Amino acid sequence: MRIVEAMVAVAMTAGLSAALACEQIAPRGTGDLGVVVERAAGRLQLVDTSARTALAAIDGLGDLSHASVVFSRDGRFGYVFGRDGGLSKVDLLCRTVAKRVVQAGNSIGGAISQDGKLVAVANYTPGGVKVFDADTLELRADIAAWYGEGRRAKVVGLEDVAGSRFVFSLFEAGEIWMVDLASGVPVVTRFPGVGREPYDALVTPDGRYYLAGLFGEDGLALLDLWHPERGVRRVLPGYGRGEDRLPVYKMPHLEGWALAGRFAYLPAIGRHEVLVVDIDTWQEAARIPVAGQPVFVMARPDGRQVWVNFAPPDNALVQVVDTETRTLVSTLEPGRVVLHLEFTARGEAVWISARDDDRVIVYDTATLLPLATLQADKPSGIFFASRAFRIGL
Amino acid sequence: MCAGARWFAIAGLLVATAGARGGERSDAELAYFVRHDCGSCHGMRLTGGLGPALTPEALADKPVGWVRTVILHGVPGTAMPGWRGVMTEDEAGRMAVQLKEQIHENR
Repeated sequence: MRIVEAMVAVAMTAGLSAALACEQIAPRGTGDLGVVVERAAGRLQLVDTSARTALAAIDGLGDLSHASVVFSRDGRFGYVFGRDGGLSKVDLLCRTVAKRVVQAGNSIGGAISQDGKLVAVANYTPGGVKVFDADTLELRADIAAWYGEGRRAKVVGLEDVAGSRFVFSLFEAGEIWMVDLASGVPVVTRFPGVGREPYDALVTPDGRYYLAGLFGEDGLALLDLWHPERGVRRVLPGYGRGEDRLPVYKMPHLEGWALAGRFAYLPAIGRHEVLVVDIDTWQEAARIPVAGQPVFVMARPDGRQVWVNFAPPDNALVQVVDTETRTLVSTLEPGRVVLHLEFTARGEAVWISARDDDRVIVYDTATLLPLATLQADKPSGIFFASRAFRIGL
Repeated sequence: MCAGARWFAIAGLLVATAGARGGERSDAELAYFVRHDCGSCHGMRLTGGLGPALTPEALADKPVGWVRTVILHGVPGTAMPGWRGVMTEDEAGRMAVQLKEQIHENR
């Protein structure tokens, strides 16, 4: 074991990362592994969240700006969605690219089905969703996001939900679509007129609700997946009515569903606020003033804290909100241009990428003190393999 | 107390930023900004994303002055914000030239 790790260290030092043959790597689980996206280099760093170290670099992944990753249900493979339409299947155990296809011109993310058999990718160009066999990466379905008169919308907020189903939103069309692949042939249910410019979406941890944020107007669009026949309803309509919106220098993300008790914490668009929503009633419960426009609003897995990062020019800060009192408990400065945060599955630590300082900082979520710093080349997204066991991530 | 802490944090940042670039971004800093911050929406290679492509080919029929105006004032009714709050007119002008001439490459 020690010898293997020493060899990895030597290999990485020599710039020969991932040079180990798979048989030379000692058996281990992947439950505490993860990847850090080095977006400019088109490379992932494989990280060990227990040792808080990098194990290997995996490169040859194309344009990784805005890249995201989902994981196979056995936790062995990561599916990497690149900006350039690349879909790469990365082997976390062997530290290699197992398969790779370039499936579109411009992509934004993806999802893996509940049974782990299908991987879906959201595409901007050409606008639509493509679904692949998770094992072979062979195309299984191609769903074009047609709207209006012969136009295709950019697809955002693609999420896996129960059954062989995926839900996604059409940015220009203002629609939510649900596709069911149980029969092998895609059956699409359209929900038109959900609001202007849905920009991202999330699914509640129980898989019941799909919530799309609207950019073109204040509010969110909610689909109850237990009752899709009831259609999409509006949540927090006009939450900023009568107020001037600030210029939005970076789009917020909704992927991290911040749920504490029955309250959800969401980024307000164009405002220095985190919105608090009571999900029993879907009414606004509070607003928390923060240092800038939130990008990610992420709950520690126990729901006691919510961590927030910000759009420029406040992107060197991370603020921590205590959800019991809804007050700020700390303002941290992890480094210049904080792009992403990822909690370990049980929440004792959070990993934060600071792009312009070329590092990832690991914080203890109890003391709010740094535990470790890892060097990384322009790090952006951080994705842990424990995501494999959660729906809608 | 929270508001005070926040003010100090932001004031510290402003000082640090101004100190680092002497008030005006260099061409290299602007090129980096294009690739990484404009890249959030337009793609790090500027081939497009939620926002349109900003390659020299895509901007071929757009005059530098038009590009500069869009950078400063945004495009109303779209997700493109005006950046005049975080950059000067001169910076926007130099950025427009960079976009037209693809000087952001390899930064």
